[in-house]
Amino acid sequence: MSPLQLAWSTLLRNLRGGQLGVLLGALIVAVAALTSVGFFTDRVAKAVDREANVILGADLRLRATDDPGADYRERAEDQGLVTAQVVTFPSVVLTDDNSQLAAIHAVTQNYPLRGELRIAERLFGPQRPIQNGPQPGQAWADPELLARLGVDTGVILNVGAIRLEVTSVLQYRPDQAIGFVGLAPDLLINIEDLPATGLVQPGSRITWSLLFAGPQQVIDSFATGIKDQLQPGQRLQTIGDSGEQIRSAIDRAQSFLSLAALIAVLLAATAVAVSARRYAQTQVDGVALMKCLGASQGYVLRATLWELLLLGLGAGVIGSVLGFLAQAGIAWFVIDLIEGGLPAPGIGPLVSGLITALAVLTGFALPSMLALRTVPPLRVLRHDAEPRPVSTVVSYLIAVFVVVALLIWIVGAGRMLLISVLGLSLGAALLSGAGWILVWSLAPLRNAGGAAFRYGLANIARRRSESVAQIVAFGFGLAVLLLLSVIRTDLLDTWRTNLPANAPNHFIINVQPNEVAGVGEIFEGQALPPPALAPLVRARITAINGIAAQDISAVGEGRQLLRREANLTWSDGLSASNTLTSGEFWQPGTDAFEISVEDDAARDIGLEIGDQLEFGVAGQTFTATMTSTRQVRWDSFQPNFYFLLTGAALQGAPSTYISGVYIPDDRRQVLLDLVRAYPTVSVIDLQSVLEQVRGVMDRAALAVQFVFLFTLLAGIVVLLATIQATREERRYEAAMLRTLGASRGLVFKGVLAEFVGLGALAGVLATLVAMLMAYLLANDVFRLDYQPDAWLWIGGPLLGTLLVGIAGILATYKVVSHPPVAVLRAH
Amino acid sequence: MMGLSAMQESTGPILRANELTKKVSSPEGELTILDNVSLEVPRGQTLAVVGSSGAGKSTLLALLAGLDEPTTGEVWLGDAELTALDEDGRAALRNRQVGFVFQSFHLLPALTALENVLLPLELANEPQARRKATETLRQVGLEARMSHYPRQLSGGEKQRVAIARAYVAAPQLLFADEPTGNLDRRTGEKIMELLFRLNAATGTTLMLVTHDHAIAQRCQRRIGIEGGRVVLDEMSEPA
Repeated sequence: MSPLQLAWSTLLRNLRGGQLGVLLGALIVAVAALTSVGFFTDRVAKAVDREANVILGADLRLRATDDPGADYRERAEDQGLVTAQVVTFPSVVLTDDNSQLAAIHAVTQNYPLRGELRIAERLFGPQRPIQNGPQPGQAWADPELLARLGVDTGVILNVGAIRLEVTSVLQYRPDQAIGFVGLAPDLLINIEDLPATGLVQPGSRITWSLLFAGPQQVIDSFATGIKDQLQPGQRLQTIGDSGEQIRSAIDRAQSFLSLAALIAVLLAATAVAVSARRYAQTQVDGVALMKCLGASQGYVLRATLWELLLLGLGAGVIGSVLGFLAQAGIAWFVIDLIEGGLPAPGIGPLVSGLITALAVLTGFALPSMLALRTVPPLRVLRHDAEPRPVSTVVSYLIAVFVVVALLIWIVGAGRMLLISVLGLSLGAALLSGAGWILVWSLAPLRNAGGAAFRYGLANIARRRSESVAQIVAFGFGLAVLLLLSVIRTDLLDTWRTNLPANAPNHFIINVQPNEVAGVGEIFEGQALPPPALAPLVRARITAINGIAAQDISAVGEGRQLLRREANLTWSDGLSASNTLTSGEFWQPGTDAFEISVEDDAARDIGLEIGDQLEFGVAGQTFTATMTSTRQVRWDSFQPNFYFLLTGAALQGAPSTYISGVYIPDDRRQVLLDLVRAYPTVSVIDLQSVLEQVRGVMDRAALAVQFVFLFTLLAGIVVLLATIQATREERRYEAAMLRTLGASRGLVFKGVLAEFVGLGALAGVLATLVAMLMAYLLANDVFRLDYQPDAWLWIGGPLLGTLLVGIAGILATYKVVSHPPVAVLRAH
Repeated sequence: MMGLSAMQESTGPILRANELTKKVSSPEGELTILDNVSLEVPRGQTLAVVGSSGAGKSTLLALLAGLDEPTTGEVWLGDAELTALDEDGRAALRNRQVGFVFQSFHLLPALTALENVLLPLELANEPQARRKATETLRQVGLEARMSHYPRQLSGGEKQRVAIARAYVAAPQLLFADEPTGNLDRRTGEKIMELLFRLNAATGTTLMLVTHDHAIAQRCQRRIGIEGGRVVLDEMSEPA
């Protein structure tokens, strides 16, 4: 018999006999956890790849915050390239009795240059591809937009000053966001209709895109030619650029989800280690006999390795299949959020699954199994002849090596690796410490109950290490799930209830200077206080203390502020949501060019009082002196700004006005009056934005929670593995107790007390951890005054008690109900 | 190492032990379990090792079978010095020339009766293993139990499987350690009957460890061990 044949038959028989159930289960959980994430992110990455060549709707795109003029277009056409143009901006569109913010895309009719559009004749109608955009006078609307307005195709929409008929439902455009759906649904119109809308005004938030297509060589030389002539606010995008950005976002999401899955893998690995040790013990006698009959050490080693390999391959395949099914679960939560749906995953994650299974076996099962090689044949005559165990140090080193290798595989070898290793070690140490204290705290209860209770609690204390492992493994899985629930419900609710009742529920943007008085009058006409409109100037930091902005190294938000256009405002005083933190605020009506910068922005850019900030706005530059810093309450729902300047500094700069207003439900008529009177004014319904943000967060959290279900499963596997490891001991004890006169019921109650106790401890640990994390998140991230809900205190321990209690009872029921005489005779 | 055919032609003793001593360390200091034992077993002999519990019988058997190493002394199996071989070398020699029957049967619970008997043949890559194993199981009267697992067999049946496994590879030497120790008297007698019958039919050398004097009397030679020393070495009168 070859070692492979022996391994195969041993494996089959032991699987049938149940000796390998927990080990296999643990491996499958590990593989399924990691591959579910792998399959899911593979699908998202595929969606991106699928779109990569049409993602721009062109071969090259130039994006600009101001009208780039005709120059680039003419030069491209001279070189033989095809061009198209897209102008994008937010605007409210109206039906006769409803209004909705939309992202307007005014396109030349030859849009898109690459890829195709998909439209339908009516909502939910069959889709058909089409190569060109709408004709003048027509509009194609996103189904979401029609749904929110409660209309279908054929409706007439007021877009600014003109009326357009919606002739088709726009199901897909190639350059739509691949990531999460934008907050404002799309409306596609012909660019020839744009001037008549009157929506393009100085200072409006408009993105201009020029699309180019043609032979790659010509595109490349054209791109090289204009690269150095780009103005501030103009950016060239190639297919690679846009794919890369999304890729890095996906990579980050994958790292995060994989780390979440890795925690399940590590817990499952613990279970693998425990059950492998036990499994190896059950194989010792057989190996001794084999050696007695003539099997060499090499033969035993090869058979052992084959057995592990076969087990790993089996678990890898089964786990991957389960991971594949589970990814459908993750995708189900977020599918609506991803435009264009998700393609089927590839088989790459299957390979990862196999690698995971083999890695976990190598790190956590191999050391115990290797010892089988050294089983002395003498054991057939003397049962106390034991194999030489692999040294503990070597076992731990192998395990640590495998864990680090898995981490490098998932997060790379950089800083994240260090953070992950430290975080995992610290987390494990803290949780174990807490588990230890919890087990220890049971001691005084030992005298509180009857015999069964005492027996149960004594078991927890006696198998202290196992108890701590069970509590920590299970408690951790539960803690994460509780925490995610808290974030989804408690934290968001707390935030909402913390808002004052009359907090602004609408944003009015894009009000032209000459419309300010009129807007106020419309509000007064509805007996509402006129909105406090703040001026907004779009400008770019060009230099600080004479150093060009692109040469300044900044961190975090500061980098964005130096690279992109920023919103400036001017004021003679600080609003309620601003507090001065350093320097002095200017006197009202001053002629000086001064600026007050928000605290975090000042820190991220590295600004200090007295610094000279040079801004470019509409082709002009001016310099202002930084005289103060402010702390800003961003969640005040009032327009807030990083950069606040004196009126003198921004005099003459093109500006629009914005405001946050509270409009009671029964006064929404004012909004229709407003956008009818001033079509360029946009109104954003914060309520629906908040609902959407909440919806997105909710689904993302549910998807993450789904991944962490594996952590809980892994916790249960650890529980089962430790129970299995103590099975003989438990069987013997139960038999002894019953021989001494204990009823089956009493023994059973003892076991019940033990697992209910363990479950309650795990639940308490989970609740403590979840509360602490929620508190830290609330304070440091969400900046909320968070009071944990009482249900957490009841729900956490109850959930732990129920889950561990049921799992424990199911796993031990057979063991303790064995007839005592059979057990004692066998012993 | 010698091949099987060379072995069969050889006429010297099948087993030879020279001044075997086994010492182990214990909390009370070094303990001598076997003290300077020398022994020669001619081919085809049936020999019983008798003695009280802890006398050193099983240790002697373990050393003679190469399952354990002596502190000093040599063991020769045919022309091969067992004590000069490493563990794998001893295993290979056992596979070709030695069979075992144990008190607690030592069947692999995961294998059927037939597979248990096949095991030594398959380890030796023996051709026609299945035919030989089936035939041997028939000889011990278990043709109807071949696909049964050990847990489905009675004690006597388990021991018959073990005997079939011991004889299937046609060993030169068979060690039996208290083969009836876990069986009731009636079954034990039947098992001994079978063992001696097969032994007579194959001409195998049989070394039997027992404390049952009736069984010992059925052997041609008896060696008594007490306190790790040979205190008796007697031959039966020819019948």
